[in-house]
Amino acid sequence: MDGRRARHDPVARLLIMTTTPTTAEPAKSGLSPRQRRRVSLAIQYAVFVLVLVAVILIADWPKIFENFLNGKVAAGMFPTLFTVALKNTLIFTVAGYVIGFALGLVLALMRLSSVVPYRVVALVYIEIFRGLPALIIFLLLGFGLPIAFPGFKLPGDVYGTVALALGLVAAAYMAESFRAGIQAVPKGQMEAARSLGMKPGRAMLSIILPQAIRIVIPPLTNELILLFKDSSLVFTLGVTAATTELTKFGSDTTIDQANSTPLIVAGATYLLITIPLGFVVRRLEARQGRKR
Amino acid sequence: MTHAVEIRELHKYFGDNEVLKGIDFTVEPGQVVCVIGPSGSGKSTLLRCVNVLETPTKGRVFVNGLELTHPDADIDAARRHVGMVFQQFNLFPHLTALQNVMIAQQRVLNRSKKEAEIVARENLAKVGVGDKCDEYPGKLSGGQQQRVAIARALAMNPDLMLFDEPTSALDPELVGDVLAVMRKLAEEGMTMLVVTHEMGFAREVADRVVFMDGGVIVEEGTPTEVIGDPKQERTRSFLRRVLHPEG
Repeated sequence: MDGRRARHDPVARLLIMTTTPTTAEPAKSGLSPRQRRRVSLAIQYAVFVLVLVAVILIADWPKIFENFLNGKVAAGMFPTLFTVALKNTLIFTVAGYVIGFALGLVLALMRLSSVVPYRVVALVYIEIFRGLPALIIFLLLGFGLPIAFPGFKLPGDVYGTVALALGLVAAAYMAESFRAGIQAVPKGQMEAARSLGMKPGRAMLSIILPQAIRIVIPPLTNELILLFKDSSLVFTLGVTAATTELTKFGSDTTIDQANSTPLIVAGATYLLITIPLGFVVRRLEARQGRKR
Repeated sequence: MTHAVEIRELHKYFGDNEVLKGIDFTVEPGQVVCVIGPSGSGKSTLLRCVNVLETPTKGRVFVNGLELTHPDADIDAARRHVGMVFQQFNLFPHLTALQNVMIAQQRVLNRSKKEAEIVARENLAKVGVGDKCDEYPGKLSGGQQQRVAIARALAMNPDLMLFDEPTSALDPELVGDVLAVMRKLAEEGMTMLVVTHEMGFAREVADRVVFMDGGVIVEEGTPTEVIGDPKQERTRSFLRRVLHPEG
């Protein structure tokens, strides 16, 4: 490799830098930089192993197994864990997601509208619902709505309330994702669509939104994971045995059995869904990163 | 006879910046008019005013006798008859080449899917990318993308085609294919308004050449007059720089 190429090629420069012996500075501690790095690394490993051993020695393993990983208690949770608790959690999540998706899309379009009142309404909604704890929305919907509108019942009872509460919260976040996605579509796309005679709404529907939604699939999938967990807030509305979901089922069984295993099992069931979803999100993000 | 394009006293401001300073000109049906000039001279803005992608600040724009600057004008309807080709192609990346050419036919002209597909295949074949129907734009070269974009505009049966520097974003070896398609269109009698830096194309194909600088039309006439024997010093110095960049 000649010198001229090396000067312009960063990799070649790095090679030269690392392979050319540099005049070592006299180390103050008497150790070379490489030796010092080794000592530092050895200390870090030693601390890690020490803590690990300490935890293993101090923990009361039989008690832990008995109380947290009790096979008999865990077995008692089946099949209700899947047939009722997980099923309800999934119903709450999907219903909330559908509402959030639709409302979020409408809010994003309002936010980008040239009609000022639309923009203001969307902005106020997004700020409020992003700023409030989801718990407050649940309580307001569950207990406030029946007082404000006596006799009014949301379709699906608890399911309706939960779906609406989750949807209202999710819509605020999803609206911001949609807005970012719509704005990420190059301006020329709208111009090309308009130059073909499409009306603004048609161009948005046929040309801009299909591209925008592709862009925001990763953040929208993340939102699905968040909703999946937030569905546990349904406990505030007082669920019955039939409408119970993972967290409530886990905590009820824990109290019933005076044993913490059900919480671990419920938690593991959440992870059963969220970890693969998280993996999918990372895959999608990586794929978009490659396309750019 | 109505003009294909008629522009009267056109002014365009971007903020305080006056980009077009009173433009008057016409394009007759069947004519090919090339607009040349240095960058920033307002030639792209002028072109974009013709189909009202930019709203003129002052002045009037007529296409086929219909005033687009009139407050009650149906711009969307008017644009159906005016094809536009962009410097950056602006193909729809989520659709295949075929779907790119079909979508406006279906959604704007309400053609059936079958009819739209026949028209699309015809036009893609015409511009020489008939074998790329099922490819997405991302898989096509710049020259192929631009030809799909031309097919997309042609499929709407326009009376007028606007070209906004159609070859400026292309690698040099791909320019020829696109120019050949445009030449063919001109020979078929399509009315064309072309903003371009391709002096060879302007000289051979244009019926009229318009030289713009600083937001005004400095000189216009036949290619022989404007490119061959420019009267204005500004035109001469521009052509010197374009035709002999190293000198």
